[in-house]
Amino acid sequence: MASLKDVKQKIGGVKKTSQITSAMNMVAAAKLRGAQEKMESFRDYAEKFNSAMGNLSSGMQSGQFPLMEAREVQTVELVVVTSDRGLCGSFNSNVINMVLKLIAEKQKEGKKVSIVCIGKKGYQKLRHSGLVRKNHVDIMAKFEMYNARAIAQDVADNFIDGNADEVLLLYPEFISVGVQKPKLMPFLPVQPVAAEDAKAKTKSTEKNEDGAEAVAYIYEPGSEEIMTVLQPLYLNVMVYHAMLETGAGEHAARMTSMDNATKACHDIVHDLTLVYNKVRQGSITSELMDIVGGAEALK
Amino acid sequence: MAEKIQLEIVTPTGAVVSEAVDIVTAPGTDGDFGVLAGHAPLLSTIKIGNLEYKNDNQTQTIMVNGGFCEVSNNKITFLVESAERGEDIDTERALRAKERAEKRLAEAQRQQEAFDVARAEAALQRAIARLKVGEKKS
Repeated sequence: MASLKDVKQKIGGVKKTSQITSAMNMVAAAKLRGAQEKMESFRDYAEKFNSAMGNLSSGMQSGQFPLMEAREVQTVELVVVTSDRGLCGSFNSNVINMVLKLIAEKQKEGKKVSIVCIGKKGYQKLRHSGLVRKNHVDIMAKFEMYNARAIAQDVADNFIDGNADEVLLLYPEFISVGVQKPKLMPFLPVQPVAAEDAKAKTKSTEKNEDGAEAVAYIYEPGSEEIMTVLQPLYLNVMVYHAMLETGAGEHAARMTSMDNATKACHDIVHDLTLVYNKVRQGSITSELMDIVGGAEALK
Repeated sequence: MAEKIQLEIVTPTGAVVSEAVDIVTAPGTDGDFGVLAGHAPLLSTIKIGNLEYKNDNQTQTIMVNGGFCEVSNNKITFLVESAERGEDIDTERALRAKERAEKRLAEAQRQQEAFDVARAEAALQRAIARLKVGEKKS
């Protein structure tokens, strides 16, 4: 059995760990609030953007724009969004596992795979595969729209150059504070179908609101020119959105896992205290036995 | 003017303006255009420049940073990357930014880096737009 001193030291250590984890929990909670606010203020923009995009892409042919061109898929590029820091449970590993599965799947079909990593954790895990084409690390803590723009631009250029025939975006979707799930989204070519869905939705709501059918828009300069401006913007919006969700999800996941860690620490302290008391009682008993034995011997 | 048009300026970091106004003058890529109440549905791209709106004879100027706008149902929505009100703009800083951008533009043109040229040009346009808004305020 461990000595009294050992157990005491261990209890002290575990208590200190619990102090750190509970502090991290609180920091994550504070950061989560900021990240969630950022996400919410962006929602307005994204919604309006999608409805405008939907209005526009009706009556457009997919072959018309280089970003919408659907080619036979030979190379697949995965854009993987993860956090920069760990200690947030299975948040990043869920996404990475999904990526690894997807890579195996695509390679079995005889397709080439390349990866663009956003966030350090994904890069650390995936760099050994030798498939990483580009990585953007250390930007998750404080990112702005222009970070997303640079990334989207790079991926779009790569697509237009023909180095990738299909681009998929993977990120941990923020469902609630308790739940984040890896999500797979088609990124390129730009999907006109999804836009039409949005259009159907906005049209029906418009009809309900004022009883009139939406009329054809005037486009300035022309619908095609607008489209060429809007499509790269649309990609920015998607990347930025994924980054925002990852940012919020990271803090939420860290909050939950640090809460669990703190609870586990308390459990261990409880158990160790029992052990400590038992050891102490044992030593007292044996000392007493010695004294009694010594007194008996003197008689 | 009795009838008004609802103006919304939305950026990725939230809504900047949301109010009913008399007239909006926007910097379209093909030239400035004005929008009054009851305008036909319109979708236009916006360049970096100054957006003006008038409400009860009070004119407000906002610097917008490129994007597009949509008019429908007597509502005009601007989706721009950023928007700054005239009173928030630091004229001196904009002036410095303009000088910096000009230098960088000349440098980039000399080295013929298309990407840098585009970036410097955008920065210059932003600085000029900010200065214009700043001038109006004073």
